[in-house]
Amino acid sequence: MMQNDETMASYKGKPINEMTLIFPAKSCNESFARVVAASFVSQLDPTVEELADVKTAVSEAVTNSIIHGYENQTGNIKMVCSLYQDSIEIEIIDEGNGIENIELAMQPLYTSKPEMERSGMGFTVMETFMDKVNVESEVGKGTKVAMCKRFKSIGK
Amino acid sequence: MLQIKFSNRGNTLIVRLNGELDHHAADDVKRKIDNEMIKPACKNIVFDLSKLIFMDSSGIGVIMGRYKNIYKTNGKIMIVCSNPHIVKLLEMSGIPKIIPIFDNVDKAVKKALEVAEYDAK
Repeated sequence: MMQNDETMASYKGKPINEMTLIFPAKSCNESFARVVAASFVSQLDPTVEELADVKTAVSEAVTNSIIHGYENQTGNIKMVCSLYQDSIEIEIIDEGNGIENIELAMQPLYTSKPEMERSGMGFTVMETFMDKVNVESEVGKGTKVAMCKRFKSIGK
Repeated sequence: MLQIKFSNRGNTLIVRLNGELDHHAADDVKRKIDNEMIKPACKNIVFDLSKLIFMDSSGIGVIMGRYKNIYKTNGKIMIVCSNPHIVKLLEMSGIPKIIPIFDNVDKAVKKALEVAEYDAK
């Protein structure tokens, strides 16, 4: 498993709330997952814009697991959300194909499935809308995408 | 859930999307638009995203795919959108460099006709 030593230190400490959701890798669950994440993070009272950022990032990560992780075969996706005073950490975990070359996969416009008219912007969207994105993956074992976002609107 | 409505103004197809455009909705939208586009009356497309409440990068794939098709037949493509989050997503992907964005359908249709006329000269 690829390790990333850079912990998301500034976000650590004790979560004030946690939630885990496990659901089948079906495309109809993309909207379910992003609505659940947005609903959970709403406890912090972020702005509409910040909520939209979280929803979009979750949608991208879950879509990746469905299309690339499981290639539309059956499997489960786990979403783990940890809420802090002013931030959230979201992990999207699958036990699918894994990613051979994470650096390449994260390049803007790169897609392993050009025939599907995918934009290749999934990871770029996650990185733009969240503060940190960390990807761990092993071929044949699966992928974990961990994303953090601090809500600048909170405490103002 | 995504609703899709088609209307025509001259040879411009207006595609109005209402709801959420993600990977789940994308294939159906592509198929329906492509079915409309094979009709001889269709030359240009205006994507009306003003009723769209959510879009992720799957929507960029839908728009870019239609752009590639329509480019081959010298058609024009325009976007109507004022949702700041969707505009941000479009800007991130570089779409505004090749597809103009308008705040209402009338302006977009007018521009499509103007550009098509200019090209015809």
